[in-house]
Amino acid sequence: MTTRTMELMVGVFVAAAIAALVFLGLQVANTSDSTRGETYTLVAKFDNIGGLKVRSPVKVGGVVVGRVSRISLEGEYYEPMVEMQISTRYNAFPETSTASILTSGLLGEQYVGLEPGFIDDFVEMLAEGDEIPNTNSAIVLENLIGQFLFSQGDE
Amino acid sequence: MIAMLQRLGHATLENIRGVGAASIMLFQALVGKPQPLKMFPLLVRQLYVVGVQSMLIILISGLFIGMVLGLQGYTILVDFGAEQALGPMVALSLLRELGPVVTALLFAGRAGSALTAEIGLMRATEQLSSLEMMAVDPLRRVVAPRFWAGVITMPLLAFMFSAVGIYGGFMVGVQWLGVDDGAFWSVMQSNVEWQQDIINGFIKSLVFAVVVTWIALYKGYTAAPTSPGISAATTQTVVYSSLAVLGLDFVLTAIMFG
Repeated sequence: MTTRTMELMVGVFVAAAIAALVFLGLQVANTSDSTRGETYTLVAKFDNIGGLKVRSPVKVGGVVVGRVSRISLEGEYYEPMVEMQISTRYNAFPETSTASILTSGLLGEQYVGLEPGFIDDFVEMLAEGDEIPNTNSAIVLENLIGQFLFSQGDE
Repeated sequence: MIAMLQRLGHATLENIRGVGAASIMLFQALVGKPQPLKMFPLLVRQLYVVGVQSMLIILISGLFIGMVLGLQGYTILVDFGAEQALGPMVALSLLRELGPVVTALLFAGRAGSALTAEIGLMRATEQLSSLEMMAVDPLRRVVAPRFWAGVITMPLLAFMFSAVGIYGGFMVGVQWLGVDDGAFWSVMQSNVEWQQDIINGFIKSLVFAVVVTWIALYKGYTAAPTSPGISAATTQTVVYSSLAVLGLDFVLTAIMFG
Protein backbone atom coordinates (compact mmCIF):
# COMPACT_ATOMS: atom_id res chain seq x y z
CA MET A 1 0.00 0.00 0.00
CA THR A 2 1.79 3.12 -1.17
CA THR A 3 1.24 6.46 0.51
CA ARG A 4 -0.42 7.75 -2.65
CA THR A 5 -3.09 5.05 -2.77
CA MET A 6 -3.64 5.41 0.94
CA GLU A 7 -4.17 9.15 0.67
CA LEU A 8 -6.50 8.54 -2.25
CA MET A 9 -8.59 6.10 -0.22
CA VAL A 10 -8.75 8.51 2.71
CA GLY A 11 -9.89 11.19 0.27
CA VAL A 12 -12.63 8.90 -1.01
CA PHE A 13 -13.64 8.18 2.58
CA VAL A 14 -13.91 11.84 3.50
CA ALA A 15 -15.77 12.63 0.27
CA ALA A 16 -18.27 9.87 1.02
CA ALA A 17 -18.78 11.29 4.51
CA ILE A 18 -19.38 14.77 3.10
CA ALA A 19 -21.82 13.35 0.56
CA ALA A 20 -23.68 11.63 3.39
CA LEU A 21 -23.79 14.86 5.36
CA VAL A 22 -25.10 16.82 2.38
CA PHE A 23 -27.75 14.17 1.84
CA LEU A 24 -28.77 14.39 5.49
CA GLY A 25 -28.76 18.17 5.38
CA LEU A 26 -30.96 18.43 2.34
CA GLN A 27 -32.84 15.23 3.17
CA VAL A 28 -34.17 15.01 -0.30
CA ALA A 29 -34.26 13.34 -3.53
CA ASN A 30 -36.62 16.03 -4.73
CA THR A 31 -38.10 13.93 -7.43
CA SER A 32 -41.46 12.28 -7.46
CA ASP A 33 -43.30 10.37 -10.12
CA SER A 34 -46.17 12.74 -10.78
CA THR A 35 -44.17 15.94 -10.69
CA ARG A 36 -41.15 14.67 -12.55
CA GLY A 37 -42.44 15.28 -16.07
CA GLU A 38 -44.08 18.35 -17.51
CA THR A 39 -46.35 20.19 -15.11
CA TYR A 40 -48.63 23.17 -15.15
CA THR A 41 -49.70 25.39 -12.28
CA LEU A 42 -53.13 25.79 -10.74
CA VAL A 43 -53.90 27.96 -7.76
CA ALA A 44 -56.70 27.80 -5.22
CA LYS A 45 -57.69 30.05 -2.34
CA PHE A 46 -58.88 28.52 0.89
CA ASP A 47 -60.17 29.94 4.16
CA ASN A 48 -58.02 27.57 6.14
CA ILE A 49 -55.42 25.13 4.89
CA GLY A 50 -55.08 23.18 8.16
CA GLY A 51 -51.90 21.11 8.13
CA LEU A 52 -51.23 21.25 4.40
CA LYS A 53 -47.54 21.50 3.53
CA VAL A 54 -45.41 22.18 0.50
CA ARG A 55 -44.91 18.90 -1.41
CA SER A 56 -48.19 17.49 -0.09
CA PRO A 57 -49.89 15.43 -2.80
CA VAL A 58 -52.79 16.57 -4.98
CA LYS A 59 -55.16 13.69 -5.64
CA VAL A 60 -58.10 12.97 -7.89
CA GLY A 61 -60.13 10.11 -6.54
CA GLY A 62 -57.12 8.96 -4.50
CA VAL A 63 -54.69 9.04 -7.46
CA VAL A 64 -51.78 11.45 -7.12
CA VAL A 65 -51.76 13.91 -10.03
CA GLY A 66 -49.49 16.62 -8.63
CA ARG A 67 -47.88 18.34 -5.68
CA VAL A 68 -48.40 21.49 -3.69
CA SER A 69 -45.54 23.78 -4.71
CA ARG A 70 -46.13 26.96 -2.73
CA ILE A 71 -48.32 28.17 0.12
CA SER A 72 -48.70 31.87 0.78
CA LEU A 73 -51.07 34.53 2.05
CA GLU A 74 -52.48 36.64 -0.78
CA GLY A 75 -54.44 39.81 -1.19
CA GLU A 76 -55.92 42.39 1.05
CA TYR A 77 -57.68 39.88 3.28
CA TYR A 78 -54.70 37.55 3.69
CA GLU A 79 -56.34 34.56 2.14
CA PRO A 80 -54.22 31.42 2.15
CA MET A 81 -53.33 30.58 -1.43
CA VAL A 82 -52.07 27.18 -2.51
CA GLU A 83 -50.11 26.73 -5.71
CA MET A 84 -50.16 23.25 -7.21
CA GLN A 85 -48.04 21.66 -9.92
CA ILE A 86 -50.27 19.26 -11.85
CA SER A 87 -48.91 16.78 -14.34
CA THR A 88 -49.72 17.78 -17.92
CA ARG A 89 -51.07 14.27 -18.48
CA TYR A 90 -54.13 15.52 -16.58
CA ASN A 91 -54.67 18.87 -18.26
CA ALA A 92 -58.45 18.87 -18.75
CA PHE A 93 -60.00 19.98 -15.49
CA PRO A 94 -63.11 22.09 -16.12
CA GLU A 95 -63.41 25.36 -14.24
CA THR A 96 -66.34 23.90 -12.30
CA SER A 97 -63.92 21.58 -10.47
CA THR A 98 -63.69 21.66 -6.70
CA ALA A 99 -60.50 21.60 -4.59
CA SER A 100 -60.85 20.42 -1.00
CA ILE A 101 -58.31 19.92 1.74
CA LEU A 102 -58.77 16.40 3.04
CA THR A 103 -57.03 14.14 5.51
CA SER A 104 -55.88 10.65 4.63
CA GLY A 105 -57.03 8.36 7.40
CA LEU A 106 -57.69 9.48 10.92
CA LEU A 107 -54.15 10.56 11.73
CA GLY A 108 -52.67 10.85 8.27
CA GLU A 109 -51.26 13.71 6.26
CA GLN A 110 -53.44 16.36 4.66
CA TYR A 111 -53.69 16.57 0.89
CA VAL A 112 -55.61 18.50 -1.76
CA GLY A 113 -58.49 16.52 -3.25
CA LEU A 114 -59.46 17.68 -6.73
CA GLU A 115 -62.91 16.79 -7.99
CA PRO A 116 -63.56 17.39 -11.69
CA GLY A 117 -66.82 19.26 -12.30
CA PHE A 118 -69.42 19.09 -15.04
CA ILE A 119 -68.75 20.19 -18.61
CA ASP A 120 -71.20 21.99 -20.93
CA ASP A 121 -70.88 24.48 -23.76
CA PHE A 122 -70.06 27.42 -21.51
CA VAL A 123 -67.51 25.74 -19.25
CA GLU A 124 -63.85 26.23 -20.09
CA MET A 125 -60.89 24.09 -19.12
CA LEU A 126 -58.41 25.29 -16.49
CA ALA A 127 -55.06 26.21 -17.96
CA GLU A 128 -51.63 27.27 -16.63
CA GLY A 129 -51.98 29.70 -13.74
CA ASP A 130 -55.77 29.56 -13.46
CA GLU A 131 -57.55 29.62 -10.16
CA ILE A 132 -59.92 26.88 -9.05
CA PRO A 133 -62.96 28.89 -7.91
CA ASN A 134 -64.73 26.29 -5.77
CA THR A 135 -62.82 25.29 -2.66
CA ASN A 136 -63.56 23.54 0.60
CA SER A 137 -61.25 24.37 3.47
CA ALA A 138 -59.67 22.01 5.89
CA ILE A 139 -61.92 20.93 8.71
CA VAL A 140 -60.57 22.18 12.01
CA LEU A 141 -61.70 19.89 14.78
CA GLU A 142 -61.98 22.66 17.37
CA ASN A 143 -64.31 24.72 15.14
CA LEU A 144 -66.40 21.64 14.48
CA ILE A 145 -66.78 20.98 18.20
CA GLY A 146 -67.53 24.66 18.78
CA GLN A 147 -70.29 24.63 16.16
CA PHE A 148 -71.69 21.43 17.61
CA LEU A 149 -71.81 22.87 21.13
CA PHE A 150 -73.34 26.11 19.79
CA SER A 151 -76.09 24.25 17.95
CA GLN A 152 -76.75 22.18 21.07
CA GLY A 153 -77.26 25.41 23.02
CA ASP A 154 -80.01 26.57 20.66
CA GLU A 155 -82.33 23.70 21.35
CA MET B 1 -15.06 -10.70 56.22
CA ILE B 2 -12.10 -8.40 56.61
CA ALA B 3 -10.39 -10.13 53.70
CA MET B 4 -13.49 -9.53 51.62
CA LEU B 5 -13.56 -5.84 52.52
CA GLN B 6 -9.91 -5.62 51.71
CA ARG B 7 -10.47 -7.23 48.30
CA LEU B 8 -13.27 -4.75 47.64
CA GLY B 9 -11.03 -1.85 48.60
CA HIS B 10 -8.21 -3.23 46.47
CA ALA B 11 -10.50 -3.58 43.45
CA THR B 12 -11.83 -0.05 43.89
CA LEU B 13 -8.36 1.43 44.18
CA GLU B 14 -7.22 -0.56 41.14
CA ASN B 15 -10.09 0.82 39.10
CA ILE B 16 -9.44 4.39 40.16
CA ARG B 17 -5.75 3.92 39.45
CA GLY B 18 -6.66 2.62 36.00
CA VAL B 19 -8.79 5.65 35.22
CA GLY B 20 -5.98 7.93 36.41
CA ALA B 21 -3.35 6.09 34.39
CA ALA B 22 -5.56 6.23 31.30
CA SER B 23 -6.06 9.96 31.75
CA ILE B 24 -2.33 10.55 32.17
CA MET B 25 -1.65 8.46 29.05
CA LEU B 26 -4.12 10.47 26.99
CA PHE B 27 -2.85 13.76 28.38
CA GLN B 28 0.77 12.95 27.60
CA ALA B 29 -0.13 11.72 24.15
CA LEU B 30 -2.10 14.80 23.17
CA VAL B 31 -0.60 17.72 25.05
CA GLY B 32 2.70 19.12 23.95
CA LYS B 33 4.24 20.93 21.02
CA PRO B 34 2.27 20.00 17.91
CA GLN B 35 4.36 18.55 15.11
CA PRO B 36 2.05 18.67 12.11
CA LEU B 37 4.69 17.69 9.56
CA LYS B 38 5.70 14.57 11.45
CA MET B 39 2.18 13.75 12.53
CA PHE B 40 0.36 14.07 9.23
CA PRO B 41 1.64 10.97 7.36
CA LEU B 42 1.07 8.87 10.50
CA LEU B 43 -2.44 10.29 10.81
CA VAL B 44 -3.25 9.53 7.17
CA ARG B 45 -2.11 5.94 7.62
CA GLN B 46 -4.32 5.57 10.69
CA LEU B 47 -7.26 7.26 8.99
CA TYR B 48 -6.90 4.60 6.34
CA VAL B 49 -6.64 1.70 8.79
CA VAL B 50 -9.32 2.91 11.21
CA GLY B 51 -11.70 4.69 8.86
CA VAL B 52 -11.52 3.42 5.31
CA GLN B 53 -11.31 -0.20 6.34
CA SER B 54 -14.35 0.17 8.64
CA MET B 55 -16.40 1.82 5.91
CA LEU B 56 -17.71 -1.32 4.24
CA ILE B 57 -19.12 -2.92 7.39
CA ILE B 58 -20.68 0.40 8.40
CA LEU B 59 -22.34 0.94 5.03
CA ILE B 60 -23.70 -2.60 4.80
CA SER B 61 -25.01 -2.65 8.38
CA GLY B 62 -26.54 0.79 7.88
CA LEU B 63 -28.35 -0.32 4.75
CA PHE B 64 -29.79 -3.43 6.39
CA ILE B 65 -30.77 -1.67 9.62
CA GLY B 66 -32.56 1.01 7.59
CA MET B 67 -34.35 -1.64 5.56
CA VAL B 68 -35.46 -3.50 8.69
CA LEU B 69 -36.70 -0.24 10.22
CA GLY B 70 -38.68 0.45 7.06
CA LEU B 71 -40.24 -3.00 7.08
CA GLN B 72 -41.06 -3.14 10.79
CA GLY B 73 -42.26 0.45 10.94
CA TYR B 74 -44.52 -0.08 7.95
CA THR B 75 -46.27 -3.16 9.35
CA ILE B 76 -47.19 -1.25 12.51
CA LEU B 77 -47.94 2.18 11.02
CA VAL B 78 -50.14 0.81 8.24
CA ASP B 79 -52.61 -0.41 10.88
CA PHE B 80 -53.22 3.21 11.85
CA GLY B 81 -53.26 4.47 8.28
CA ALA B 82 -50.22 6.53 9.21
CA GLU B 83 -47.63 4.97 6.94
CA GLN B 84 -46.55 8.47 5.87
CA ALA B 85 -44.95 8.71 9.30
CA LEU B 86 -42.49 6.04 8.17
CA GLY B 87 -40.06 8.67 6.87
CA PRO B 88 -39.58 10.55 10.14
CA MET B 89 -39.61 7.30 12.11
CA VAL B 90 -36.73 5.85 10.12
CA ALA B 91 -34.82 9.14 9.93
CA LEU B 92 -35.17 10.09 13.59
CA SER B 93 -34.34 6.67 14.99
CA LEU B 94 -31.25 6.52 12.78
CA LEU B 95 -30.03 10.07 13.36
CA ARG B 96 -30.69 10.20 17.07
CA GLU B 97 -29.91 6.70 18.28
CA LEU B 98 -28.98 3.93 15.90
CA GLY B 99 -26.51 5.88 13.80
CA PRO B 100 -24.17 6.94 16.61
CA VAL B 101 -24.69 3.86 18.81
CA VAL B 102 -24.47 1.05 16.26
CA THR B 103 -21.56 2.79 14.56
CA ALA B 104 -19.75 2.98 17.90
CA LEU B 105 -20.45 -0.69 18.67
CA LEU B 106 -19.30 -1.82 15.23
CA PHE B 107 -16.31 0.51 15.47
CA ALA B 108 -15.35 -1.01 18.84
CA GLY B 109 -15.54 -4.49 17.35
CA ARG B 110 -13.88 -3.70 14.03
CA ALA B 111 -11.30 -1.00 14.76
CA GLY B 112 -11.06 -0.83 18.57
CA SER B 113 -10.09 -4.47 18.98
CA ALA B 114 -7.54 -4.13 16.17
CA LEU B 115 -5.99 -1.07 17.86
CA THR B 116 -5.71 -2.91 21.18
CA ALA B 117 -4.17 -6.01 19.60
CA GLU B 118 -1.73 -3.96 17.55
CA ILE B 119 -0.47 -1.85 20.43
CA GLY B 120 -0.50 -4.84 22.79
CA LEU B 121 1.68 -6.75 20.36
CA MET B 122 4.00 -3.76 20.01
CA ARG B 123 4.34 -3.85 23.77
CA ALA B 124 4.88 -7.64 23.81
CA THR B 125 7.51 -7.53 21.08
CA GLU B 126 9.16 -4.58 22.84
CA GLN B 127 8.72 -2.24 19.90
CA LEU B 128 7.51 0.43 22.29
CA SER B 129 10.63 0.03 24.41
CA SER B 130 12.80 0.29 21.28
CA LEU B 131 11.07 3.53 20.37
CA GLU B 132 11.86 4.86 23.82
CA MET B 133 15.47 3.74 23.38
CA MET B 134 15.61 5.86 20.23
CA ALA B 135 14.27 8.82 22.23
CA VAL B 136 10.96 8.69 20.39
CA ASP B 137 7.98 9.06 22.66
CA PRO B 138 5.69 6.12 21.84
CA LEU B 139 2.72 8.04 23.23
CA ARG B 140 3.24 10.80 20.71
CA ARG B 141 4.18 8.57 17.81
CA VAL B 142 1.95 5.52 18.30
CA VAL B 143 -0.98 6.53 20.51
CA ALA B 144 -1.75 10.09 19.41
CA PRO B 145 -2.30 9.48 15.65
CA ARG B 146 -4.53 6.52 16.40
CA PHE B 147 -6.57 8.54 18.86
CA TRP B 148 -7.11 11.41 16.44
CA ALA B 149 -7.90 9.01 13.62
CA GLY B 150 -10.61 7.38 15.75
CA VAL B 151 -12.08 10.71 16.84
CA ILE B 152 -12.16 12.04 13.28
CA THR B 153 -13.51 8.98 11.57
CA MET B 154 -16.31 7.85 13.86
CA PRO B 155 -18.64 10.84 13.38
CA LEU B 156 -18.05 10.59 9.63
CA LEU B 157 -18.90 6.90 9.73
CA ALA B 158 -22.03 7.69 11.75
CA PHE B 159 -23.17 10.18 9.09
CA MET B 160 -22.65 7.58 6.39
CA PHE B 161 -24.51 5.00 8.47
CA SER B 162 -27.52 7.29 8.89
CA ALA B 163 -27.59 8.37 5.25
CA VAL B 164 -27.36 4.82 3.94
CA GLY B 165 -29.91 3.65 6.51
CA ILE B 166 -32.42 6.31 5.47
CA TYR B 167 -31.91 5.23 1.90
CA GLY B 168 -32.52 1.62 2.93
CA GLY B 169 -35.75 2.64 4.66
CA PHE B 170 -36.72 4.55 1.52
CA MET B 171 -36.06 1.52 -0.67
CA VAL B 172 -38.22 -0.78 1.43
CA GLY B 173 -40.91 1.73 2.37
CA VAL B 174 -41.42 3.59 -0.88
CA GLN B 175 -40.15 1.39 -3.65
CA TRP B 176 -41.27 -1.94 -2.29
CA LEU B 177 -44.20 -1.33 0.04
CA GLY B 178 -45.62 1.68 -1.77
CA VAL B 179 -45.59 4.49 0.80
CA ASP B 180 -46.09 7.78 -1.07
CA ASP B 181 -42.77 9.15 -2.26
CA GLY B 182 -43.46 12.83 -1.64
CA ALA B 183 -45.11 12.24 1.73
CA PHE B 184 -42.15 10.10 2.83
CA TRP B 185 -39.67 12.92 2.24
CA SER B 186 -41.87 15.91 3.05
CA VAL B 187 -43.07 14.53 6.39
CA MET B 188 -39.47 13.60 7.13
CA GLN B 189 -38.28 17.10 6.32
CA SER B 190 -40.92 18.72 8.46
CA ASN B 191 -39.94 16.53 11.42
CA VAL B 192 -36.16 16.38 11.27
CA GLU B 193 -34.35 19.46 12.50
CA TRP B 194 -30.73 20.21 11.76
CA GLN B 195 -29.87 21.45 15.23
CA GLN B 196 -31.99 19.11 17.30
CA ASP B 197 -31.34 15.87 15.47
CA ILE B 198 -28.31 15.98 13.22
CA ILE B 199 -26.05 18.10 15.43
CA ASN B 200 -27.02 16.19 18.56
CA GLY B 201 -26.33 12.91 16.79
CA PHE B 202 -22.94 14.30 15.79
CA ILE B 203 -22.15 15.27 19.40
CA LYS B 204 -23.14 11.78 20.52
CA SER B 205 -20.87 10.06 18.03
CA LEU B 206 -18.03 12.42 18.93
CA VAL B 207 -18.33 11.44 22.60
CA PHE B 208 -18.51 7.76 21.70
CA ALA B 209 -15.48 8.16 19.46
CA VAL B 210 -13.37 9.59 22.28
CA VAL B 211 -14.50 6.91 24.74
CA VAL B 212 -14.11 3.90 22.44
CA THR B 213 -10.73 4.95 21.05
CA TRP B 214 -9.45 5.88 24.47
CA ILE B 215 -10.43 2.53 26.00
CA ALA B 216 -8.94 0.62 23.05
CA LEU B 217 -5.62 2.49 23.25
CA TYR B 218 -5.34 2.26 27.02
CA LYS B 219 -6.13 -1.45 27.06
CA GLY B 220 -3.56 -2.08 24.37
CA TYR B 221 -0.92 0.10 25.99
CA THR B 222 -1.27 -1.61 29.36
CA ALA B 223 -1.88 -5.16 28.09
CA ALA B 224 0.15 -7.89 29.76
CA PRO B 225 2.88 -8.69 27.19
CA THR B 226 1.80 -12.31 26.70
CA SER B 227 -0.59 -14.07 24.34
CA PRO B 228 -3.36 -14.49 26.96
CA GLY B 229 -2.73 -10.90 28.10
CA ILE B 230 -3.33 -9.48 24.63
CA SER B 231 -6.34 -11.72 24.13
CA ALA B 232 -7.83 -10.56 27.44
CA ALA B 233 -7.11 -6.91 26.62
CA THR B 234 -8.85 -7.22 23.25
CA THR B 235 -11.91 -8.79 24.85
CA GLN B 236 -11.98 -6.11 27.53
CA THR B 237 -11.80 -3.38 24.91
CA VAL B 238 -14.91 -4.64 23.16
CA VAL B 239 -16.84 -5.32 26.38
CA TYR B 240 -15.93 -2.08 28.15
CA SER B 241 -16.44 0.17 25.17
CA SER B 242 -19.80 -1.42 24.33
CA LEU B 243 -21.00 -0.97 27.91
CA ALA B 244 -19.65 2.56 28.07
CA VAL B 245 -21.33 3.48 24.79
CA LEU B 246 -24.71 2.10 25.82
CA GLY B 247 -24.55 3.70 29.26
CA LEU B 248 -23.38 7.06 27.95
CA ASP B 249 -26.05 6.93 25.25
CA PHE B 250 -28.75 6.90 27.90
CA VAL B 251 -27.18 9.82 29.75
CA LEU B 252 -26.71 11.86 26.56
CA THR B 253 -30.24 11.10 25.37
CA ALA B 254 -31.64 12.18 28.72
CA ILE B 255 -29.72 15.47 28.50
CA MET B 256 -30.46 16.17 24.82
CA PHE B 257 -34.02 14.96 24.36
CA GLY B 258 -35.19 14.49 27.95
